[in-house]
Amino acid sequence: MQRRDYLIRKIFFAFITLIVVAFFNFLLFRILPGDPVRLIIHSPRMTREAQERIRTNFGLDKPVWFDGERLHEGDVIGAFDSQFTAYVRNLLRGDLGISFAHRQDVSTLLAERAWRTVVLLLGGDLLAVVLGMTAGLIGAWRRGTRLDLAILLWGLFSWALPTFFLGIILLILARGRLPVGGMVTAGLKPEAGLTYWLDVGKHLILPTITLAVVYTGEYILIMRSSAMEVLSEDYILTAKAKGLSTFRILRDHALKNAMLPMVTMIALTLGYTVGGAIQVETVFSWPGLGRLMYEAVQKRDYPVLQGSFLLLAISVIAANLLADLLYSALDPRVKAE
Amino acid sequence: MNAVKQFVRNPMGVVGAGMLLVVILIALLAPWLAPYDPQVRVQVTPDDILAPPDAEHLLGRDDAGKDVLSQLIYGARVSLIVGFTASFMSMFIGTTVGLVAGFYGGRVGNWLMRLVDFLMVIPDLPLMLVIIAVTGRGLTNIILVIGLLGWTYTARLVRSQVLSVKERQFVLRARSLGASAPRIILRHIFPQVVPLVIAQAVLDISVAILAESSLAFLGLGDPTLISWGMMLNFAFERAISRQAWWFLLPPGLAIVWVSLSLILIGNTLDQIVNPRLRTHHLFDARRMVALAVGVPPLAKADGAGE
Repeated sequence: MQRRDYLIRKIFFAFITLIVVAFFNFLLFRILPGDPVRLIIHSPRMTREAQERIRTNFGLDKPVWFDGERLHEGDVIGAFDSQFTAYVRNLLRGDLGISFAHRQDVSTLLAERAWRTVVLLLGGDLLAVVLGMTAGLIGAWRRGTRLDLAILLWGLFSWALPTFFLGIILLILARGRLPVGGMVTAGLKPEAGLTYWLDVGKHLILPTITLAVVYTGEYILIMRSSAMEVLSEDYILTAKAKGLSTFRILRDHALKNAMLPMVTMIALTLGYTVGGAIQVETVFSWPGLGRLMYEAVQKRDYPVLQGSFLLLAISVIAANLLADLLYSALDPRVKAE
Repeated sequence: MNAVKQFVRNPMGVVGAGMLLVVILIALLAPWLAPYDPQVRVQVTPDDILAPPDAEHLLGRDDAGKDVLSQLIYGARVSLIVGFTASFMSMFIGTTVGLVAGFYGGRVGNWLMRLVDFLMVIPDLPLMLVIIAVTGRGLTNIILVIGLLGWTYTARLVRSQVLSVKERQFVLRARSLGASAPRIILRHIFPQVVPLVIAQAVLDISVAILAESSLAFLGLGDPTLISWGMMLNFAFERAISRQAWWFLLPPGLAIVWVSLSLILIGNTLDQIVNPRLRTHHLFDARRMVALAVGVPPLAKADGAGE
């Protein structure tokens, strides 16, 4: 019973978070000074029909929240025919408006780009988790040695290293040896089959390494301190007394027990991870969501900005929920909470 | 005083403090140190554009023919201003929220912590990007956004410390003597929280500096000021194909320098105020180096983690 309550609470919280994000998105893009929607409308680059479509889509001739007079007259449904309800309606239908720069539906644009960012993030984060956990565990085990010091310093240093700067350095170093921009060599089509995907893989190498190197630091520091705690538990002494080899103590006892907090940490840092992807995609022109956002900033393409932010926020919220559910499945103690 | 002694004895902390001092001095003395005024328009010939370093321009020139070294020197100001003010804001909000949530608990505390959970889930950089893109990229906006989004970790830290302190003898005693809640918070609980908050605030400065430089690199820096992130944005957009390392490397290295200095200081402070386990069951004292890792040279190797 308690476990079900816990899950329901988590799902409810994720749901509320989503609503708040959607609401904030409306507020930011509609109420604040600057009023991007109006800016788009008045842009000379828009055709008449496009302007008209935006006008009806956003309900710009209607009140922002509700029409007080009509509400007073008892016309409840008519009174709530507002910009806000139009926004909610469009959102539920998956209509995020039209890109200012690409002249294309934002949702189509996002769908096309999202998986590229997912591939990048998964590769980079996975590599970082494996490296970070191994290095952190070794640091904790060799506490106080030169090796530990080197690992700790690496953790601190990579924390101080801006993702985009590391990307730029790698880009300069690897130029000529590895592809440094885009997703695939120009002219190569997906019909080429294996050749195409191998080429995409080559283009992935530098962005993935950049992400992995930067994220590793965080995981090293977390793993090092949590493994240190685990190693001072009494069951480690018991394992040692039983005559288990150091390797088995580390693998079977220390690693397993230090793993659980890592699951939460990986999910919690995902919001930060996404920020790294934006920087890396910008440096290596990887055509994912991050690069899309960067270009949207340059061109003041507000519908794209709004849509990408919403999609990223939803994904991170969903991933966190997933991690919570996973955690409760892995850790029997959650039941008791 | 003991804390100061501990800090001075830690090589990492001393190195970090020295590195930070250099940056602070450069920022303060910028008008005297910079060979040129980076805000002044210059007459240039095509040869001046991205000219490599020479005796007159020690770090060469940028894509507009301006002196890179002077920009680098002035850039220290933006980083430090953003870092210190945003971190101060975060520290203030986080401490207040943490104290209230921890001391009073109940419904208010619960709601505050839900707010913290909420802000922790939302991806920072995309949110900052969206807000700055809409509200404008002035320095004040940048500081406000970074400061207003950066307090969640401090709030959690303070709350958990308050929860443990408020059940201790001296607080219970003050309570039974009839001290008011604000008095207990300020006189008895606050002093217990301050060291933790300061260590965290130092780390937050580096987080804020990195956030500002990322925003500037993505084209959202204050256009009226020169910052390291913006220099990198220009260098990346206009000079990377010419391999102009004198324009690309210095601003990036400067960011690494200042944030590393703060992380070294913050990490040392954290070790002092928040001492953790120093030994464990697989600990081997013979392999130990006394340097920096926070292990006093005479730590007993056979203790069950102190």
